[in-house]
Order: sequence, then C-alpha cells, then structure tokens
Amino acid sequence: MPGDLRDGRIVIVGASLAGLRAAETLREKGFTGSLTVVGEEPHPPYDRPPLSKQVLLGMAAADTTGLPMRPGPPMSPDLPMRPGPPMRPGLPTRQPLDADWRLGVRATGLDLDGKRILLADGDSLPYDRLLIATGTRARPWPRPEQAALEGVLTLRTRDDAARLADRLAAGPRRVLVIGAGFTGSEIASACRERGLPVTVAERGTAPLVGALGGTLAKLATGLHRAHGVDLRCGVTVTDLRGDDSGRFTGADLSDGDRIDADLCVVALGAVRNVEWLADSGLAAGTHGVACDAGCRAFDMYGIVTDDVFVAGDVSRFPHPLFDYQMLSLEHWGNAVEQAEVAAHNMVTPEPRRRPHLAVPVFWSNQFGVNIKSVGVPTFSDQVVIAQGSLRDRRLVAVYGYRGRITAAVTVNMAKWLEHYQRLIETAAPFPPGPGAADGHPLVTEFPLPSDVPDPKGLSHGPTVALTGHLPDRRLTVVRPAG
Amino acid sequence: MQIVVDLTRCQAYAQCVFLAPQVFSLPGEEALLYRPAVPDDQLERVHQAAAACPVQAILVGEEVSSGAR
Repeated sequence: MPGDLRDGRIVIVGASLAGLRAAETLREKGFTGSLTVVGEEPHPPYDRPPLSKQVLLGMAAADTTGLPMRPGPPMSPDLPMRPGPPMRPGLPTRQPLDADWRLGVRATGLDLDGKRILLADGDSLPYDRLLIATGTRARPWPRPEQAALEGVLTLRTRDDAARLADRLAAGPRRVLVIGAGFTGSEIASACRERGLPVTVAERGTAPLVGALGGTLAKLATGLHRAHGVDLRCGVTVTDLRGDDSGRFTGADLSDGDRIDADLCVVALGAVRNVEWLADSGLAAGTHGVACDAGCRAFDMYGIVTDDVFVAGDVSRFPHPLFDYQMLSLEHWGNAVEQAEVAAHNMVTPEPRRRPHLAVPVFWSNQFGVNIKSVGVPTFSDQVVIAQGSLRDRRLVAVYGYRGRITAAVTVNMAKWLEHYQRLIETAAPFPPGPGAADGHPLVTEFPLPSDVPDPKGLSHGPTVALTGHLPDRRLTVVRPAG
Repeated sequence: MQIVVDLTRCQAYAQCVFLAPQVFSLPGEEALLYRPAVPDDQLERVHQAAAACPVQAILVGEEVSSGAR
C-alpha cells in the first residue's frame, strides 16, 4: 500500500553488525514488506572484535564468530510464518528473521532516480527505502608489489583473521606490525601472549595517540615496552623487502634501521567503502556518507534525501555534544545504535522519528588491561587524571574542551564510565570538581594539555574522525542537467 | 548457538566466568574473553550466565544460516 511505511521494499547494503541489527529492528517495528540484505563477503554476519583477540590467541577459530540474532517477536498464531526454534525449552517460540540474504555479491552502484541497487553479478534490486551500511575495509600497504609479498597481511575480515592466526600458530621468527592504533596494538599484544617477538612501527609519537592524545598515550607506550614489544615510534616504514621467491623478509625504516621479520601485518587504519556510490549523487567521500542526526543521507548538494539512510562505520553524522561537527566512528556500539535509529526512522512517520545522539563509547583489550572511552577524547584541549594512577595502570582520565567535559578514558576502571558519561551529556565543567568522582580528590592537581595530534602524522587513522562542516570534494561536482 | 557480549556495557562483574568458565574467561582484571560458538554441553550454563549478567550484556542466539533466505 503506497504511503504505508510498514510495507514496501527495503534493501540493506552491508551484511555485518549494522546491517543485521537494522534488519532485526525493522521487523521488530512491524515492517512486513520485503527485506533484502546484500553482503560482499560470502559469510553470514559475524563479529569482528574477537578477530584481533580470541582468534589470534587460538581460543576460537575465525569461522566461529558468527553473530547471534536477537530473538524475534513472539509467534502470533495468525501470522503465516515458519516456526523458529524456541530460544530455550519452555519459552515461547519466536519469529525467525524474515529476510532475503544476498551474500557473496558486491553492490556496484546506486541509481537514485530509478531507486535501484546495481549488483556485481549484473542483477539489480529495486527499493522503496535503502539503508547503506557498507562499513570499511583495511587500508592496504600503498605499494601493491610489496603488499603482494607472501607474509604481508592485513586484518579486517574473518578470512584475514584465519590467515593471520595460521601464520602466528606456525611460529614466525619475528612479526612486524605497521601502525599502532587499536588493531595494531591488539595484534602486538596477541603476539607477545603467544611468546612471539614483535616489532611495532608507528609514525606518531606513541601507540593509540590518535585516539587518546599524546598525554595518555604514554601509558600505551609503557604497556608495549613492559610486555617486550620492540616499539619504534616517530618512524615510517619506507619499504617492505622480499626474497627471490616473493616471500616477505623484512622492512626498511625512515631512520635507516632495518627490521628482519618473516611476517608483516599492515594496520594502517580503515578505508570507507564508498566507491560504489561515486556516481550516485550522494555526499559520499573519504570520510564516509554524510547524513543527518536521523540517519538520512545527504545528496551532493547537502539536501537531505527521503528514502536513503546510512548507519555504522560508513556514516558521518552531526553530533550536538561536539559542536555539531560531523563524526565518523569506527565503534561496535555505534553500529548497533545507529542501525536501530535508522531502522526506526525508516518505518516511522516524521513526527515520531528519533535522533541518533548516543555518546560514542569504545573499548580495547590489550596487554591484559581494559581500555574504555566515552565521548570524544580528541575533541579536547586538556586532560586530567581524575582517579587511580598511571603507575598502577588503573585510572580514569577526563578530557575537557574550553572548560567542559567532553570525554573520559578508563583503564581497568570501567565501572566509572557511566558516571562520566552523564557528566559529558550534561556538559559538566572541566576540570571535574573533587565531588564529581564520588568524593575522590583529583589525582593530578592541574590539567595538562591533552596533546591531540594531527591524524595526518600517524600510521594508524583515528577511530573517531572529527570531519567538520566542510563538504567533501563531491560537492564541487555539478552535473549538467539532462 | 552463538553468543556475543556487548563489551560497551560489560563491567567485568564476572558472573559469567563463575557460571560458564569453559566459555568465558577474565585473564586480566577487566578484559573479558569468550568463545563465540557455544558447545552444546555448555548451552545451559551460558543461558544461566546471560540471565545472571548484572548489565545484561550477553546475547545468545542462532546465527544467520549460510543458505538463508
């Protein structure tokens, strides 16, 4: 029925965390039309965080990280659906997720006028509403002939993780990790836990500096060193070397040093999967696809579309807590929450639509500690250690920007995260008063500069990019009419 | 059956580690690790762990089957 948002054809492009949670939410909200999910990888949706942890440690095989589906709504006797398995014996049977999964086929284009998705197999899918959730891929080593050496890997997909886990299990003499962002640091941590010698090369001043700023990143430097990582900061890897049979043998560094290694993991951050949208007329560029707080995509003129929505790592959206700057997040939690908001808004009339206002949260487990962040630490000018101590590697660091709290990072003190999240949401003054942390006096008496680097000077990209209001290059393209 | 733990929510109360130690482990103070694919003989324990989690961070369910439509 035209005009009925619960009916019609919805296509989701991207079959990972955001795509799956959006599909489930659409059905939970009562969407009864046709639902198709397109995924480039042949695998059903799987979880990525274990790929750089459990899988590399040999605790779980890469092909066992499939994401569980949420229980559907309870079966209603008057719905003609196949019965799904009960979640537990004795509990009511739930509706199975009714969706057409087109896995192993890449979307190659979007025809906004014709409302069609073009697929690599030559097929096309008509839609009434579309959700773009194509995520990111690993940034490859920039020189293709060197990237093709045997023993040079990246880590993003389940297949990548299987290859890397096999290599680690075979006991390489030395592993070189290029880039000390979260992925690179977690890989180095897994190598050390397996007793493997590892060298980490990072162009910035410290591991994680792009996410935490230079002051707190000193703690990350200490973690690497204390666990026996050969950490080289402030250097660039200039060349990867191979032998006559095309096997990786080592790398040259910008300081003239050479690293001999037989395995190399390139962890240079992520590239957003937007190429398929290049001629679509959407505001899609290197930072992702721009959308409003309701997840509706902007076209290249900055006009919001009615029927095209965006969620997850590929999106770029304004956030009121951070001066309405456009945020690009590579966070698990954001993929879930934004997918839910997008799905809600796809089947809900305008007055009842919801904004995506969640405060960014991410975590990382490495070298035996749990690092969690709430807010945007790079949206800061100062930082103060509010609780705990650097020496014990157990602390809460609070970040401020022009006198208000904008972020907090906990190291092995995750229970405090919610408290600081509330301070961020209410724009509480920075530095936090002694009462702010439940009566604890501040550990450092004076705030320090948070020392946020320019991401251009890092090997690893930031996991949060503040991309400002500046339009992407696409906005300069004006297509002649007709 | 598969599990996923929302580690954004997890605060390392470790109820799951006590209830299903073959599936969940806490090698550091707070860094939770788990086996995403639940062996059949652990399923009842994992359901108990999911129910006991103080922040309700554990989701147990079927994955999308590879031949799914």
